[in-house]
Amino acid sequence: MNPVASAPVLSDAVFALTLALLLICPLAIAGVALINTGLGRSRSAAQVLLGNLAIVAVAAIVFTLVGASFAGTLPGVSGSAGFTFHAAGKLWNWLGKGSFLLRGLGADAPQSQLALLFEFLAVAMAAMLPWGSGADRCRLAAGCASAAVLAAFVFPLAAHWIWGGGWLAQLGVNFGLGAGFLDGGGAATVHALGGLSALAVVWIAGPRRGKFPREGLSTAIPGHSGIYVLFGCFVALVGWLAWNAAGALIWLHAPLAALPGTAINTLLSASAALAATFSVTRIRFGKPDASLCANGWLAGLVASSACAAFVSPVESIFVGLVAGIVTPLMVELLELALSIDDPSGAITVHAAAGLWGLLAAGLFAPQPGQLLAQLVGIAALLGLVLPMVYLLFALLNRIVPFRVDADGERIGMDLHELGGGAYPEFVIHRDERYR
Amino acid sequence: MKYAGLLVMPAGFFLALAALVLFPDPARRTLFVMCGLAVELMGLAVAVRGHMLARGARLP
Repeated sequence: MNPVASAPVLSDAVFALTLALLLICPLAIAGVALINTGLGRSRSAAQVLLGNLAIVAVAAIVFTLVGASFAGTLPGVSGSAGFTFHAAGKLWNWLGKGSFLLRGLGADAPQSQLALLFEFLAVAMAAMLPWGSGADRCRLAAGCASAAVLAAFVFPLAAHWIWGGGWLAQLGVNFGLGAGFLDGGGAATVHALGGLSALAVVWIAGPRRGKFPREGLSTAIPGHSGIYVLFGCFVALVGWLAWNAAGALIWLHAPLAALPGTAINTLLSASAALAATFSVTRIRFGKPDASLCANGWLAGLVASSACAAFVSPVESIFVGLVAGIVTPLMVELLELALSIDDPSGAITVHAAAGLWGLLAAGLFAPQPGQLLAQLVGIAALLGLVLPMVYLLFALLNRIVPFRVDADGERIGMDLHELGGGAYPEFVIHRDERYR
Repeated sequence: MKYAGLLVMPAGFFLALAALVLFPDPARRTLFVMCGLAVELMGLAVAVRGHMLARGARLP
């Protein structure tokens, strides 16, 4: 398929199908929330899951109040394309100028309304990813505040650049780089952005108490429920199949005939990634590791987000294989060599796999120059978005401290923040280290 | 040290951006964009190193 054909007139049938797909997409969010919860400790399970829900709510409200205007998806009455400037003989569209508070939502073109709904889901997912990495030590208020920052400023900027006709989307027109930066399923705007934000949160909040002793290897703190994690993978698959198909229709203007292939490629990428992670962990540890396999599966889904709509099934398997091989090795590298405590693995699964998917989209897209467009987009995410998010979060940390006090971490986030545990019938064993 | 690394990263981005404007030739453009990415990765490595050093100093 040729990515980003010209936007077709949306028939009622295509509108209804896209809307139906978008209504299934929240399952991807639910799956990731379940995985985040299962990979954390039992004494923080309710806080993590409630935090995911609260973050979705905060992100949706803040995106309505502030972010949607900067994303510029709804042009509103002004019909403006956004804030632009001229440099080197080119027009650089760097910020959206959409309708304020979603005014005129019902009157806008159906295509714009579907795109806006997609962005609501995308901002919710992106804002949720750092929360999983800060599990077991980050406060609910900090999670919500960081979600507000992402939904108000960072996500809208990236969404406008990539989906809203911004300078990255215009790389094809302005510099002859393929079809401009391609990201049909949100590998950049959702996963790379969320994963890089997770890195910022982990740097600011620091590791969980007792994770990295002064001497010896880091302490393993296994997730409390393999069932949540693995069931989350099944739920996420359903959501991802719809997510990638909806993204292909909305952002790449794919024909309906391309949707089965998109879904098959999504499944193949996840399957290949799982097989690769299964094999790598079997070779390294003697037995396959369930939580790493779940991470591998998710990494395959994330990588497919960038390119499932236009790669062949064999290429999709290759994309998944690479994601699945890299995932367990990078999780180990971050923890053992770089002292980065990331309970949900979001930095590896979402940032690294997302960036790999974007690169693969450039490698396998048919247009000349596409690889360079993807590299420029990756450079923007890594070189501009990560430092910006870190700076914003570091400032936010001064106002709303991310990390809970030592006593809160000792008794668990559920008791400390919610006053009750997720599993009240279970006896919570005292951690030996705190005696 | 972490902030130094994070400051280097945007420099890599602007190098990649400058490549688009300054070099119409695809080969040179690609080379300079790759150089920009390499600078970003170096900045990231410095930031990670800074994080490790700061964490080591804070341990009891």
